[in-house]
Amino acid sequence: MTLVFLILAAITILGLGAAMSLRNPVHCVVGLTIGFLGLAALYLQLGAQFVGLTQVLVYVGAVAILIIFAIMMMRSSESPEQQPYSRSWRVGVAIAFAVYCVLGWAVHFGAHTLPTQAATPELSVQQIGDALLHRFVLPLEIIAVLLTAALIGAGVLALQDPAGEVRGPR
Amino acid sequence: MTPLTSYLLLSAFLFSIGLAGALSRRSSIMVLIGIEIMLNAANLNFIAFWRFGPAPTALTGVMFTIFSIAVAAAEAAVGLSIILAVYRRTRSTDLEPTEAPHR
Repeated sequence: MTLVFLILAAITILGLGAAMSLRNPVHCVVGLTIGFLGLAALYLQLGAQFVGLTQVLVYVGAVAILIIFAIMMMRSSESPEQQPYSRSWRVGVAIAFAVYCVLGWAVHFGAHTLPTQAATPELSVQQIGDALLHRFVLPLEIIAVLLTAALIGAGVLALQDPAGEVRGPR
Repeated sequence: MTPLTSYLLLSAFLFSIGLAGALSRRSSIMVLIGIEIMLNAANLNFIAFWRFGPAPTALTGVMFTIFSIAVAAAEAAVGLSIILAVYRRTRSTDLEPTEAPHR
């Protein structure tokens, strides 16, 4: 466990913890962005440069901005007067803690079966491209269809005018 | 403590943060953020196992992560537009409305 890992883990945990605990939704998204950047740095440290940069592009560049837009469109950027946590938040935190205990128990007692390879594997973008277009070409096509369908579906759902036939009386 | 163990523990902790947020926030946007955090924790696991695994040249972990990022982006777009459609009807993103929804 190196110092770099500890610092990056602390940044990631603090950012994502802030994203899940702050009251103001915009502050939550800032924390989320910091956490995603920490995860991208962890990927770089693990030797997966392409995945780290994809993480920055997709999560920081697209998903965080999308969530910011959604928060602004729904006019909930100001802190709500009421509780931001649900009435049963204690149960939720207890369930999450129980899940962490089970996962930590499994990692701790399965540690001797885990592989330990020391050398950083070489990974070039050309290898990723070769793998994408040879061995993983079917998943690539499926993901392309899925992204197109999601894009069209999101557009249809979001552009549905309140004056349309699905409008509910207010 | 092998390095892989510390990555797995970090990933488990991030997953628990996301799960706690998804189960205890009121706003549906925050629940979506919690689900994104859980997906990211799983991605960290894939990369850590690829890095320390027996066959890193097979690139399976990296490919899984790339496809998982693509699916998560699609999920965020569709989820936010569903939340937007619900918001247009109920004027709220709360999952626990304080009064009965107007019909």
